Amino acid sequence: MDRVSRLAQQKAVVIFSKTTCCMCHAIKTLFYELGVSPAIHELDEDPRGREMERALLSLGFSPSVPAVFIGGRLVDSTNTIMSLHLNGSLVPMLKAAGAIWL
Amino acid sequence: MGSKAERRIGTEDDKDAVGGMPSFVSPLSVSTQFGTEENHFNSSQVSDFAALEQSIGFGIEDSIDHSTNTVITSNKSVEQAFNKSLDSSNITPISPTRVRPQKLPTERGQRQNLVSLPSGQFENWGESKMADASPMTDTSTDVDTDEKNQRFDIVPSTGMAASDSSDRSKDKTGDQKTLRRLAQNREAARKSRLRKKAYVQQLESSRLKLTQLEQELQRARQQGIFISSSGDQAHSMSGNGALAFDIEYARWLEEHNRQINELRAAVNSHASDNELRGIVDGVISHYDEIFRLKGIAAKADVFHMLSGMWKTPAERCFMWLGGFRSSELLKLLVNQLEPLTEQQLVGICNLQQSSQQAEDALSQGMEALQQSLAETLASGSLGPSGSSGNVANYMGQMAMAMGKLGTLEGFLRQADNLRQQTLQQMHRILTTRQSARALLAIHDYFSRLRALSSLWLARPKE
Repeated sequence: MDRVSRLAQQKAVVIFSKTTCCMCHAIKTLFYELGVSPAIHELDEDPRGREMERALLSLGFSPSVPAVFIGGRLVDSTNTIMSLHLNGSLVPMLKAAGAIWL
Repeated sequence: MGSKAERRIGTEDDKDAVGGMPSFVSPLSVSTQFGTEENHFNSSQVSDFAALEQSIGFGIEDSIDHSTNTVITSNKSVEQAFNKSLDSSNITPISPTRVRPQKLPTERGQRQNLVSLPSGQFENWGESKMADASPMTDTSTDVDTDEKNQRFDIVPSTGMAASDSSDRSKDKTGDQKTLRRLAQNREAARKSRLRKKAYVQQLESSRLKLTQLEQELQRARQQGIFISSSGDQAHSMSGNGALAFDIEYARWLEEHNRQINELRAAVNSHASDNELRGIVDGVISHYDEIFRLKGIAAKADVFHMLSGMWKTPAERCFMWLGGFRSSELLKLLVNQLEPLTEQQLVGICNLQQSSQQAEDALSQGMEALQQSLAETLASGSLGPSGSSGNVANYMGQMAMAMGKLGTLEGFLRQADNLRQQTLQQMHRILTTRQSARALLAIHDYFSRLRALSSLWLARPKE
């Protein structure tokens, strides 16, 4: 859990993902399209991945990935991300976190 | 109807029925009637039929359908038709003699086996050699007894007696032609009655089947809903899930159309904003309803939802991840909705761009899924050596592939969520009146697409 929070603070946008997860791929694609360069942590390639996954699950994430932190704050779920984007609040949020300029 | 061949009616002479003797067939309807009789009538009692003649044919008309015994005089194929209806009864066709209208020579009260073919087998009654044999031609005279009145109720227990051969060779030529003609008529009439009867029976059974199917559908629908909403049940109710959804979708569409008509009427009659708002809100929440139903159905049968089989062909062709593409819809609306304020225009354009980006992201995710699945299935050896070697590997591969397929539902959900959000955002950006027009435009677009499907399907093909 600590590790998760620590990592989550490290950059404006932090994404916990898994290489095998295709929804993660979709989310990553979205952020790239928005011009963000998120910090990506692949849980299946991280030695402490299991632990982190458990931590994420305990935060209520199901499935555990993709888990997106913007400005250190957790964004609920993929659904939420998409909805935020559509209602136009994702970009301001990203700007506020310093993930994108312009 | 082998019966035909088998019945040899020994009794009479053998005037051999080669080639179609005219015969009388009296189907005693059920062999059961004949209680003990052996089933093959060999010589049975032949009573005279004589009277069975023509009239029988006529008289039978109505009764035929009811009565179990019918007597037919005919040559040719009528017999076949008949025999068909006589289920295995052993009724041997009796050669008709002359048909004389109106006499029913049935002897009531006696159980007799009627039919006896005067001569041996008839393979085919085909060409009636009516001329030849009229074995019983005469018998009619004898028989006229009772039953004239009947209209034939040759009721099961009556037997018809075949006349005996003695009379046979009576008058031939004279009435030959007439007889033949009459016989043919009768035959045709009989055939058509039988056909009608068969058709009616078919209808009845179809009707029964239809009600059964409707009931099953009803039950399945209820079950389908039940099962899918309880989420994790491992029932293979996928059939029901798909079916249930299709039915619900149809109902949803009907209701949607109704609401749209109401909306249209309100817009055209320049209703007040408040009124419009009520209807618009209703339409939007009705959309929410279909998204909810789609979510439930996706849990039950994701492939059905992705296939779009519940949509018309043209809609299906332009479908994206189980539904419409939001960005396309918005593009369409921008043109229809002028005038828009600057702010609104910006809002709509941003919305369009965001949904485009989200759609792209999801599409790429789907592609990644497909590739990943392909890689999973291709790993290990394919081809001749197949998976003969390592069952564990195979099972492992399958398990992985199954896991990947499980993510499909997630994609479908996200896609539907996009659509839902698009509608809601659009509603937020536009005024009530504009929203109303937008909803009408959306409906009309899809309804044209559906009409296109119908036209396409109905087009004349060379």
